[in-house]
Amino acid sequence: MPNEKKGTLDRREVVKAILEKRGDALVVTGLGSSCYDAGVHDHPNTFYLWGAMGAAAMVGLGLALAQPSRRVVVITGDGEMLMGLGALATIGARKPDNLSIVIMDNELYAETGMQPTHTARGVSLSGMAKAANFAVAETVFTDEDLEAGIAALYEAPGPVLLDVKVSGKRYPMSIRLRDGAHIKNRFRENLLGQKAFD
Amino acid sequence: MKAETPPRSWAADIYRAFKKLGVAQVAYVPDAGHTQLILDCRADEATNAVSLTSEQEGVAMLAGAWLGGQRGALLMQSSGAGNCINMLSLAQECRFPLLMLVTMRGEWGEFNPWQIAMGQSTRKVLENAGCIVQRADRAGEIGEVVFAAGQMAFSTSRPVAVLIGQRVIGFKDWSK
Repeated sequence: MPNEKKGTLDRREVVKAILEKRGDALVVTGLGSSCYDAGVHDHPNTFYLWGAMGAAAMVGLGLALAQPSRRVVVITGDGEMLMGLGALATIGARKPDNLSIVIMDNELYAETGMQPTHTARGVSLSGMAKAANFAVAETVFTDEDLEAGIAALYEAPGPVLLDVKVSGKRYPMSIRLRDGAHIKNRFRENLLGQKAFD
Repeated sequence: MKAETPPRSWAADIYRAFKKLGVAQVAYVPDAGHTQLILDCRADEATNAVSLTSEQEGVAMLAGAWLGGQRGALLMQSSGAGNCINMLSLAQECRFPLLMLVTMRGEWGEFNPWQIAMGQSTRKVLENAGCIVQRADRAGEIGEVVFAAGQMAFSTSRPVAVLIGQRVIGFKDWSK
Protein backbone atom coordinates (compact mmCIF):
# COMPACT_ATOMS: atom_id res chain seq x y z
CA MET A 1 0.00 0.00 0.00
CA PRO A 2 1.57 3.32 -1.02
CA ASN A 3 1.61 6.04 1.63
CA GLU A 4 -1.20 8.58 1.36
CA LYS A 5 0.87 11.48 2.62
CA LYS A 6 3.83 12.42 0.41
CA GLY A 7 6.93 14.41 1.29
CA THR A 8 7.05 17.94 -0.11
CA LEU A 9 10.10 19.46 1.61
CA ASP A 10 13.06 20.34 -0.61
CA ARG A 11 16.10 18.25 0.38
CA ARG A 12 18.65 20.97 -0.40
CA GLU A 13 16.71 23.49 1.69
CA VAL A 14 16.44 21.01 4.58
CA VAL A 15 20.16 20.21 4.59
CA LYS A 16 21.00 23.91 4.33
CA ALA A 17 18.80 24.66 7.35
CA ILE A 18 20.45 21.86 9.33
CA LEU A 19 24.02 22.78 8.44
CA GLU A 20 23.53 26.50 9.08
CA LYS A 21 23.14 25.61 12.75
CA ARG A 22 26.01 23.11 12.93
CA GLY A 23 28.30 25.10 15.20
CA ASP A 24 31.08 22.69 16.21
CA ALA A 25 29.03 19.56 15.42
CA LEU A 26 30.70 16.72 13.54
CA VAL A 27 28.80 15.51 10.46
CA VAL A 28 28.81 12.14 8.69
CA THR A 29 26.91 11.72 5.42
CA GLY A 30 25.64 8.59 3.73
CA LEU A 31 26.39 7.94 0.06
CA GLY A 32 24.52 9.45 -2.86
CA SER A 33 22.22 12.43 -2.64
CA SER A 34 22.87 13.08 1.08
CA CYS A 35 26.58 13.39 0.30
CA TYR A 36 25.86 15.86 -2.52
CA ASP A 37 23.37 17.85 -0.41
CA ALA A 38 25.94 18.33 2.36
CA GLY A 39 28.70 18.89 -0.19
CA VAL A 40 27.09 22.20 -1.20
CA HIS A 41 28.14 23.41 2.27
CA ASP A 42 31.52 21.68 2.42
CA HIS A 43 33.30 21.77 5.79
CA PRO A 44 36.33 19.89 7.12
CA ASN A 45 34.18 18.65 10.03
CA THR A 46 32.12 16.66 7.52
CA PHE A 47 33.05 13.08 6.66
CA TYR A 48 31.48 12.01 3.35
CA LEU A 49 30.73 8.39 2.51
CA TRP A 50 30.73 7.68 -1.24
CA GLY A 51 30.12 3.96 -0.75
CA ALA A 52 29.89 1.34 2.02
CA MET A 53 26.10 1.57 1.91
CA GLY A 54 24.62 1.02 5.36
CA ALA A 55 27.67 2.42 7.20
CA ALA A 56 26.59 5.97 8.04
CA ALA A 57 24.79 5.47 11.38
CA MET A 58 27.52 3.20 12.75
CA VAL A 59 30.34 5.54 11.67
CA GLY A 60 28.35 8.12 13.63
CA LEU A 61 28.21 5.88 16.71
CA GLY A 62 31.98 5.26 16.78
CA LEU A 63 32.63 8.97 16.34
CA ALA A 64 30.10 9.92 19.03
CA LEU A 65 31.71 7.53 21.53
CA ALA A 66 35.18 8.89 20.71
CA GLN A 67 34.06 12.54 21.00
CA PRO A 68 31.50 12.59 23.84
CA SER A 69 31.62 16.38 24.23
CA ARG A 70 30.67 17.03 20.58
CA ARG A 71 27.34 16.54 18.85
CA VAL A 72 27.55 14.08 15.96
CA VAL A 73 24.95 14.44 13.19
CA VAL A 74 24.52 11.72 10.57
CA ILE A 75 22.75 12.83 7.37
CA THR A 76 21.73 9.93 5.20
CA GLY A 77 19.01 8.57 2.92
CA ASP A 78 16.18 6.14 3.51
CA GLY A 79 17.75 3.49 1.28
CA GLU A 80 21.09 3.78 3.07
CA MET A 81 19.44 3.53 6.50
CA LEU A 82 17.34 0.55 5.44
CA MET A 83 20.51 -1.32 4.44
CA GLY A 84 21.89 -0.95 7.97
CA LEU A 85 18.76 -1.30 10.09
CA GLY A 86 20.59 -3.33 12.72
CA ALA A 87 22.42 -0.12 13.60
CA LEU A 88 19.18 1.30 15.05
CA ALA A 89 19.10 -1.57 17.56
CA THR A 90 22.82 -1.26 18.34
CA ILE A 91 22.55 2.50 18.86
CA GLY A 92 19.31 2.19 20.86
CA ALA A 93 20.98 -0.35 23.16
CA ARG A 94 24.10 1.80 23.62
CA LYS A 95 22.14 5.07 23.88
CA PRO A 96 24.80 7.71 23.07
CA ASP A 97 23.34 11.06 24.17
CA ASN A 98 25.35 13.04 21.58
CA LEU A 99 24.30 11.19 18.41
CA SER A 100 21.59 12.38 16.01
CA ILE A 101 20.53 10.82 12.70
CA VAL A 102 18.62 12.68 9.98
CA ILE A 103 17.08 10.65 7.19
CA MET A 104 16.45 12.54 3.96
CA ASP A 105 13.50 10.30 3.14
CA ASN A 106 12.33 10.64 -0.49
CA GLU A 107 10.99 7.06 -0.39
CA LEU A 108 13.17 6.36 -3.44
CA TYR A 109 16.47 4.84 -4.49
CA ALA A 110 17.32 7.99 -6.45
CA GLU A 111 20.80 6.94 -7.60
CA THR A 112 19.68 3.72 -9.20
CA GLY A 113 16.60 4.78 -11.14
CA MET A 114 14.03 6.08 -8.66
CA GLN A 115 12.73 2.72 -7.47
CA PRO A 116 10.51 2.97 -4.35
CA THR A 117 12.05 1.98 -1.01
CA HIS A 118 10.13 0.26 1.78
CA THR A 119 9.34 3.67 3.32
CA ALA A 120 7.07 4.28 0.28
CA ARG A 121 5.13 1.18 1.32
CA GLY A 122 4.21 1.87 4.89
CA VAL A 123 7.49 1.21 6.72
CA SER A 124 8.31 3.94 9.24
CA LEU A 125 11.95 4.58 10.13
CA SER A 126 11.01 6.82 13.06
CA GLY A 127 8.68 4.08 14.30
CA MET A 128 11.58 1.63 14.15
CA ALA A 129 13.85 4.07 15.99
CA LYS A 130 11.19 4.55 18.67
CA ALA A 131 10.90 0.80 19.09
CA ALA A 132 14.72 0.68 19.30
CA ASN A 133 14.64 2.94 22.36
CA PHE A 134 15.80 6.20 20.75
CA ALA A 135 15.23 9.20 23.05
CA VAL A 136 13.65 11.22 20.22
CA ALA A 137 12.25 9.78 16.98
CA GLU A 138 9.99 11.90 14.77
CA THR A 139 8.73 12.03 11.20
CA VAL A 140 8.90 15.53 9.73
CA PHE A 141 6.52 16.75 7.00
CA THR A 142 6.42 20.54 7.45
CA ASP A 143 8.75 23.51 7.96
CA GLU A 144 7.37 23.90 11.50
CA ASP A 145 8.17 20.27 12.35
CA LEU A 146 11.60 20.76 10.81
CA GLU A 147 12.40 23.75 12.97
CA ALA A 148 11.54 21.85 16.14
CA GLY A 149 13.40 18.83 14.80
CA ILE A 150 16.58 20.79 14.13
CA ALA A 151 16.53 22.11 17.69
CA ALA A 152 16.26 18.51 18.94
CA LEU A 153 19.10 17.41 16.64
CA TYR A 154 21.56 19.71 18.35
CA GLU A 155 20.16 20.05 21.86
CA ALA A 156 18.00 17.10 22.94
CA PRO A 157 19.71 14.24 24.75
CA GLY A 158 20.13 11.52 22.12
CA PRO A 159 19.97 9.31 20.38
CA VAL A 160 17.75 11.40 18.10
CA LEU A 161 16.32 10.29 14.76
CA LEU A 162 14.47 12.62 12.38
CA ASP A 163 12.83 11.05 9.37
CA VAL A 164 12.40 14.07 7.08
CA LYS A 165 9.95 13.44 4.25
CA VAL A 166 11.36 15.23 1.20
CA SER A 167 10.16 15.38 -2.40
CA GLY A 168 11.64 13.17 -5.11
CA LYS A 169 13.34 16.13 -6.79
CA ARG A 170 16.85 15.27 -7.99
CA TYR A 171 19.79 17.62 -7.88
CA PRO A 172 23.16 17.32 -9.61
CA MET A 173 26.27 16.21 -7.75
CA SER A 174 27.96 19.04 -5.90
CA ILE A 175 31.21 18.19 -4.23
CA ARG A 176 33.91 16.49 -6.29
CA LEU A 177 36.01 15.53 -3.25
CA ARG A 178 35.76 11.75 -3.27
CA ASP A 179 39.17 10.30 -2.35
CA GLY A 180 38.37 8.47 0.88
CA ALA A 181 41.83 8.70 2.43
CA HIS A 182 41.88 12.44 1.78
CA ILE A 183 38.42 12.99 3.27
CA LYS A 184 39.44 11.00 6.36
CA ASN A 185 42.79 12.74 6.80
CA ARG A 186 41.28 16.20 6.34
CA PHE A 187 38.63 15.45 8.97
CA ARG A 188 41.12 14.05 11.49
CA GLU A 189 43.68 16.79 11.05
CA ASN A 190 41.03 19.47 11.54
CA LEU A 191 39.56 17.76 14.61
CA LEU A 192 42.65 16.36 16.28
CA GLY A 193 45.50 18.63 15.17
CA GLN A 194 48.94 17.06 15.66
CA LYS A 195 47.37 14.11 17.47
CA ALA A 196 46.06 12.97 14.08
CA PHE A 197 49.57 11.76 13.28
CA ASP A 198 50.23 9.75 16.46
CA MET B 1 37.91 -39.78 25.94
CA LYS B 2 36.24 -36.38 25.72
CA ALA B 3 38.45 -33.56 24.55
CA GLU B 4 38.91 -30.92 27.20
CA THR B 5 38.57 -27.26 26.36
CA PRO B 6 41.93 -25.74 27.27
CA PRO B 7 41.90 -22.90 29.81
CA ARG B 8 41.68 -19.48 28.16
CA SER B 9 44.43 -17.53 29.86
CA TRP B 10 45.11 -16.01 26.46
CA ALA B 11 41.99 -13.89 26.85
CA ALA B 12 43.88 -11.95 29.54
CA ASP B 13 46.88 -11.70 27.20
CA ILE B 14 44.68 -10.11 24.51
CA TYR B 15 43.22 -7.70 27.06
CA ARG B 16 46.75 -6.65 28.10
CA ALA B 17 47.67 -6.19 24.42
CA PHE B 18 44.58 -3.97 24.01
CA LYS B 19 45.66 -1.80 26.95
CA LYS B 20 49.20 -1.52 25.58
CA LEU B 21 47.87 -0.55 22.15
CA GLY B 22 45.47 1.99 23.63
CA VAL B 23 42.33 0.27 22.36
CA ALA B 24 39.37 2.31 23.67
CA GLN B 25 36.45 0.86 21.69
CA VAL B 26 35.73 -2.86 21.38
CA ALA B 27 32.91 -3.89 19.04
CA TYR B 28 31.79 -7.49 19.05
CA VAL B 29 29.36 -10.12 17.97
CA PRO B 30 29.62 -12.70 20.75
CA ASP B 31 31.54 -15.90 20.22
CA ALA B 32 32.22 -18.59 22.81
CA GLY B 33 35.95 -18.19 22.12
CA HIS B 34 35.80 -14.53 23.17
CA THR B 35 33.59 -14.97 26.26
CA GLN B 36 36.19 -13.97 28.86
CA LEU B 37 37.63 -11.14 26.76
CA ILE B 38 34.16 -9.62 26.28
CA LEU B 39 33.54 -9.78 30.04
CA ASP B 40 36.91 -8.12 30.72
CA CYS B 41 36.23 -5.34 28.20
CA ARG B 42 32.72 -4.71 29.51
CA ALA B 43 34.01 -4.49 33.08
CA ASP B 44 36.61 -1.87 32.09
CA GLU B 45 35.23 1.66 32.42
CA ALA B 46 37.91 3.02 30.10
CA THR B 47 36.71 0.77 27.26
CA ASN B 48 33.57 1.36 25.23
CA ALA B 49 32.41 -2.22 24.62
CA VAL B 50 29.60 -2.30 22.05
CA SER B 51 27.54 -5.36 21.19
CA LEU B 52 26.58 -5.45 17.48
CA THR B 53 23.76 -7.08 15.57
CA SER B 54 26.11 -7.90 12.67
CA GLU B 55 29.88 -7.79 12.25
CA GLN B 56 29.79 -5.25 9.43
CA GLU B 57 28.49 -2.66 11.88
CA GLY B 58 31.81 -2.94 13.70
CA VAL B 59 33.85 -2.09 10.59
CA ALA B 60 31.86 1.14 10.24
CA MET B 61 31.86 1.91 13.97
CA LEU B 62 35.62 1.61 14.29
CA ALA B 63 36.09 3.87 11.26
CA GLY B 64 34.10 6.44 13.26
CA ALA B 65 36.23 5.78 16.32
CA TRP B 66 39.39 6.50 14.33
CA LEU B 67 37.88 9.66 12.88
CA GLY B 68 37.34 10.77 16.47
CA GLY B 69 40.86 9.88 17.59
CA GLN B 70 40.26 6.52 19.26
CA ARG B 71 41.60 3.07 18.50
CA GLY B 72 39.32 0.07 18.41
CA ALA B 73 39.17 -3.68 17.91
CA LEU B 74 36.48 -5.87 16.35
CA LEU B 75 35.80 -9.36 17.74
CA MET B 76 33.98 -12.01 15.77
CA GLN B 77 33.70 -15.65 14.88
CA SER B 78 34.85 -16.79 11.43
CA SER B 79 31.24 -16.98 10.26
CA GLY B 80 31.10 -13.18 10.65
CA ALA B 81 33.93 -12.45 8.23
CA GLY B 82 31.65 -12.87 5.23
CA ASN B 83 29.23 -10.31 6.64
CA CYS B 84 31.96 -7.67 6.45
CA ILE B 85 32.99 -7.86 2.80
CA ASN B 86 31.44 -4.75 1.26
CA MET B 87 31.92 -2.73 4.45
CA LEU B 88 35.65 -3.43 4.29
CA SER B 89 35.72 -1.19 1.20
CA LEU B 90 35.47 1.64 3.74
CA ALA B 91 38.74 0.59 5.38
CA GLN B 92 40.46 0.03 2.05
CA GLU B 93 39.39 3.22 0.29
CA CYS B 94 39.93 5.50 3.29
CA ARG B 95 42.99 3.68 4.70
CA PHE B 96 41.31 3.21 8.06
CA PRO B 97 43.24 1.09 10.52
CA LEU B 98 41.19 -1.91 11.66
CA LEU B 99 42.19 -4.64 14.11
CA MET B 100 39.97 -7.71 13.75
CA LEU B 101 40.21 -10.77 16.00
CA VAL B 102 38.54 -13.78 14.46
CA THR B 103 38.00 -16.97 16.45
CA MET B 104 37.94 -19.83 13.98
CA ARG B 105 35.35 -22.51 13.42
CA GLY B 106 35.20 -25.04 10.64
CA GLU B 107 38.90 -25.89 10.54
CA TRP B 108 39.86 -28.30 13.38
CA GLY B 109 37.69 -31.14 14.63
CA GLU B 110 34.57 -29.26 13.59
CA PHE B 111 31.37 -31.23 14.25
CA ASN B 112 28.90 -28.81 12.62
CA PRO B 113 28.99 -29.05 8.81
CA TRP B 114 27.39 -25.60 8.47
CA GLN B 115 30.56 -24.00 9.85
CA ILE B 116 32.83 -25.43 7.13
CA ALA B 117 31.95 -23.09 4.25
CA MET B 118 32.86 -19.86 6.02
CA GLY B 119 35.62 -21.34 8.19
CA GLN B 120 37.47 -22.66 5.13
CA SER B 121 37.09 -19.40 3.21
CA THR B 122 37.74 -16.86 5.99
CA ARG B 123 41.35 -16.12 5.03
CA LYS B 124 40.60 -15.93 1.29
CA VAL B 125 37.58 -13.68 1.80
CA LEU B 126 39.43 -11.27 4.09
CA GLU B 127 42.50 -11.14 1.86
CA ASN B 128 40.37 -10.49 -1.20
CA ALA B 129 38.69 -7.65 0.69
CA GLY B 130 42.07 -6.03 1.29
CA CYS B 131 42.93 -7.24 4.81
CA ILE B 132 46.32 -8.41 5.97
CA VAL B 133 45.68 -11.79 7.61
CA GLN B 134 47.80 -13.29 10.38
CA ARG B 135 47.32 -16.37 12.55
CA ALA B 136 47.80 -17.44 16.12
CA ASP B 137 47.80 -21.19 16.61
CA ARG B 138 49.35 -21.61 20.06
CA ALA B 139 47.81 -20.23 23.23
CA GLY B 140 51.13 -18.77 24.37
CA GLU B 141 51.61 -16.61 21.27
CA ILE B 142 48.14 -15.03 20.98
CA GLY B 143 48.84 -11.91 23.05
CA GLU B 144 52.04 -11.20 21.13
CA VAL B 145 50.42 -11.78 17.73
CA VAL B 146 47.53 -9.44 18.62
CA PHE B 147 49.89 -6.73 19.78
CA ALA B 148 52.02 -7.01 16.63
CA ALA B 149 48.92 -6.96 14.41
CA GLY B 150 47.56 -3.94 16.26
CA GLN B 151 50.79 -2.02 15.91
CA MET B 152 50.79 -2.71 12.18
CA ALA B 153 47.14 -1.75 11.80
CA PHE B 154 47.38 1.53 13.70
CA SER B 155 50.85 2.57 12.53
CA THR B 156 50.35 1.82 8.85
CA SER B 157 46.58 2.56 8.65
CA ARG B 158 45.46 -0.79 7.28
CA PRO B 159 43.01 -3.54 8.18
CA VAL B 160 44.75 -6.46 9.88
CA ALA B 161 42.90 -9.62 10.93
CA VAL B 162 44.22 -12.17 13.42
CA LEU B 163 42.72 -15.62 12.99
CA ILE B 164 42.79 -17.50 16.29
CA GLY B 165 42.93 -21.20 15.41
CA GLN B 166 40.14 -23.54 16.41
CA ARG B 167 42.81 -25.89 17.75
CA VAL B 168 43.63 -23.33 20.46
CA ILE B 169 40.00 -22.58 21.24
CA GLY B 170 39.09 -26.25 21.57
CA PHE B 171 36.37 -28.21 19.84
CA LYS B 172 33.24 -30.00 20.86
CA ASP B 173 33.68 -33.75 21.04
CA TRP B 174 30.82 -35.18 18.97
CA SER B 175 31.52 -38.89 19.73
CA LYS B 176 28.84 -40.80 21.63
